[in-house]
Order: sequence, then structure tokens, then C-alpha cells
Amino acid sequence: MIGLAQVYIVAGLVFAANAALSARDASNPKRWVNAGFWGLLALSMLAGDRLGDLGNGVLVIVLVGVAGLGVLGRGADVDNASERQARAAIHGNRLFLLALIIPATALAGTLVFKAVPELVDPKQVTLVSLALGAVLALGIGLVWLRERPVAALQEGRRLLDALSWAAILPQMLASLGVVFSAAGLGKVVGSLMSGVIPDGSRMGAVLAYGLGMALLTMVMGNAFAAFPVMAAAIGLPLLIQQYHGDPAVVAAVGMLCGFCGTLMTPMAANFNIVPAALLELKDRNAVVKMQVPTALPLLGFNIALLYWAAFR
Amino acid sequence: MNLWVLSGIAVMVAGFALKVNPLLVVLLAAATSGLAAGLDPLALIAAFGKAFNDTRYVSAVWLVLPVIGLLERHGLQERARSLIAGLKGATLPRLLTGYLLLRQITAALGLTSVAGQAQTVRPLLAPMALAAADPADEEDAERVKAMAAATDNVGLFFGEDIFIAIGSILLMKGFLEQQGILLAPFDLSVWAIPTAFAAFAIHALRLWHFGRRRQR
Repeated sequence: MIGLAQVYIVAGLVFAANAALSARDASNPKRWVNAGFWGLLALSMLAGDRLGDLGNGVLVIVLVGVAGLGVLGRGADVDNASERQARAAIHGNRLFLLALIIPATALAGTLVFKAVPELVDPKQVTLVSLALGAVLALGIGLVWLRERPVAALQEGRRLLDALSWAAILPQMLASLGVVFSAAGLGKVVGSLMSGVIPDGSRMGAVLAYGLGMALLTMVMGNAFAAFPVMAAAIGLPLLIQQYHGDPAVVAAVGMLCGFCGTLMTPMAANFNIVPAALLELKDRNAVVKMQVPTALPLLGFNIALLYWAAFR
Repeated sequence: MNLWVLSGIAVMVAGFALKVNPLLVVLLAAATSGLAAGLDPLALIAAFGKAFNDTRYVSAVWLVLPVIGLLERHGLQERARSLIAGLKGATLPRLLTGYLLLRQITAALGLTSVAGQAQTVRPLLAPMALAAADPADEEDAERVKAMAAATDNVGLFFGEDIFIAIGSILLMKGFLEQQGILLAPFDLSVWAIPTAFAAFAIHALRLWHFGRRRQR
């Protein structure tokens, strides 16, 4: 069955190639630091399950040490704008067809693979389809554009160099969320929030729940981690059991309050910090700042919806 | 109640404010909260290592970068730019509002990875937005690009919850089930619809306002 294990092998090979190309990149003054960083990430992808928990922990510490103390360098770009312009004129709009292979495969995979659970792990259909689309587009692109595979890997290195440490920040934060939960941090925040609600105030309970979801999501970087905590601290005992609110509304709209929090925190790095790195923005928080004016009125809307719709 | 476990949050805030490398800050925050909770240092390292290994799927998405880079090498960004520059009515607010709608609808159908920051925003949407906006200076260009990224996030977040088999819906269903409350996924996902409309209205209004302010 095709699942995460196969996706990790593909990702591991991409990172391993990146490490090898970085090591040979004379234009990068820190090339050995880069090679070590991407090499360790390749090791994690390819052999993480065989390292054991403590081994993986040591791997993370070394990885962070390399990136944090060694400071990743950046190699020269492999081509320039005028070359790209000239190539664009040759290929024309056919390039869009190639670019559409990835979403088209994701679409087809999501629909088709669900029907054959024995072939593809049903829980990982999205990621498997994305990986398949990327491999397919790469194969067709190499033939069509008459490039050698190493050219694509060099371009991948250029993009990964631009991402630098931001490439693994989302994974680090997801792991931090797990450790925070194990330390009981969510429960403490949840009981602090439920402690500030005035007795018998339905409005107060709704506000504490909605704002609490947004705030705890901002702290944990993830609404999924915040939901069980806030639902157990306020949503279930007060809104559902004491005030007889509609459980579907309390859960669904509460989660959406959390999503407003996701828009406002650098902790949700894959949505907020990584794009700033991908688009090579100078301000790391530029995307978060752009989202706050949408997130705040929407949070207000959600809290109002919660108040009216849960207690119809 | 052990308030010391909150110290990890303080470390995060201080670390981000002082612009220490965020990877170091994350490790320090995990160590602070974990030790405050009474975890043994070796157990803490193992817990972080296990969590890191279990969340590798987050970083696995970078396997799309070689093909994106290959397309960029052959001028995908330039083509995207000239496509929009050739369309007369393609203003920045119209382009981003159209993308927002498309992203919300596809996400609501469960097609969350059809678009994304690496797959569509960097190679297609951001260059198109720049072509439509024709920015005055570097700072203006940064704001246009950041708005393109923000629009992708808003569309994704407030579309995906309408789909009944998305992770957050299953999480809520599972949580309520443990408390003896039985609900169908549809009962939950239907309540994402009002917010989806509100998110579209609020963000479209902001895009329109953003376009008008830039023109002055």
C-alpha cells in the first residue's frame, strides 16, 4: 500500500540531492553547513523510523545547532532573468499546462484513490496525490523542456536556499505543540480562561470560549490543538451542558474562531512565515500583518454567530 | 495548578521579539515548559524526537520544489505576468477576489492541495498580482505579494471546513462522541457556511479598499 512511507522516501531523496549539490556549490561560503543541514533532514526522512525516539531527539538538536549556530548560507542563483525571459518566449503558454499537472493530479487522486483503499492509504490520499503530481510533472517537464534531472534539482536547491531554516520551522512548531500538550500547558490556559467568566453570564461564557479559542490557537499555532482544551474547559461544561447550547454550533463555530487565531500568529509558520520566505519578503511577519484586519472582524462575526445560533 | 508550564510561551515571545533564530527558540521553549512540568531531560529529548518524527509530513511537501523551480527556470513567472498584463480588466482586487472565491470553492469540495503557497502563490498568483498592481516601489511590491499569500490562507481556512471529511470536522466529531454526543459530520460542516460567506465579504471588501488606497 502506498502511504506516508513512500512520500518520505521521495522527500528524503530530494533533500539528499540538495545536500550533495550544496556541498559542491562553490558560490556558497557556508556550503558545508548547508550540506549538513539538508543531509540531516534527508536522514530523518529516509531513516527516522529506525533511529528511535532518543535518536530522533538528538538529530533535532544537531539540526538546530547547525542551522542556529552555523547560520545557513545561500548559493548563487543558477540563471538570470533575461535567460528566463528568452525561454518563456519559446515555450509560451504551454508552461501553464505543465504547472497544472500538479493540481490536476491532486484532484484526480483525491477522487480516484478514495475508491481503492487497498492501493493508497485512505488517510494520506492528499499528500500521496500531491507527491505523485510533483513526480509526474517533473518527469513530463524534463522530457518536454529537454533538461537533465540535475537542472531541476539545482532549481530546487535555489528555492530551498531561499527558504533556509524556515523550511523546517512548521515541523518544529508542530513538535513543540505536542510537547506543550504533554506538559499540560493547554489545561492551564483553559482553566485560567474559565476562571475569568462571571457566574451565570452566558455572554461571558461565549466570549471566553471564542476569544480563548483564538488566543490558545495563537499560542499553540494550531486550532486542532486548542479545540479539545477549550471545548473541555468551557464549551462542554458551560455552553452545552449548563446553557443547553447546540453542540454542533458550539463545536463548528468555536473551531472557526480558532482559525481566525491561526491567521494572526507567527506560530502557524507553514501558513504565515513560510510564504514570507517563499516570496522573499524582507519582513518575516508581513503576511500575518496583512491578515490581522481580516481576522479580527471575522472573529467578531464568529462570536456573534455563536451567541445567536447556539441558543436559538 | 502549575503555572510554570506557561514559561515556554514567555520564551517564545521573548525569542521572537529579540529575533533569535526561531529554531533555537522552539527548542528552548520546549525545554522550559517540559522541565517546568517535571519531565526528565532525556525523556524530554525523546518526546521531542518522537513528535518530530511523527510530523515529518509537514516538511515532506517540499518535494514539489524541484519541479516548481524547473518551471520557473523556463519562465513560468514571466508568462504569468504577461498573461495578466495582456488582460485589460485585470485589476488587483478583481484578480485576488477571483482567486479567493476559487480557493474557497475548491477547498469546500475537499481539494485543499489543488492550490497552495508553494504550488500556486509563488509561481503564479504573486507574479500575476504584481503585473496587475504595477507597484510603485519595493515596499509596495512587498505588500502586494503579502496580500496574495494572505488571500490564499483566508480562502483555504474558510472553505475547507465545509467539506465533511476534513481533519477538523473529524476531530470535532470524535471529541463530541467521547462525551456521548452523536453528530453526523454534515451537522458540523453546515455551520461553516455562514462564516465562509462572511470571510469572503470581509476579505473582498479589504481587497477593494487595498486597491483603491494604492491608486492614490
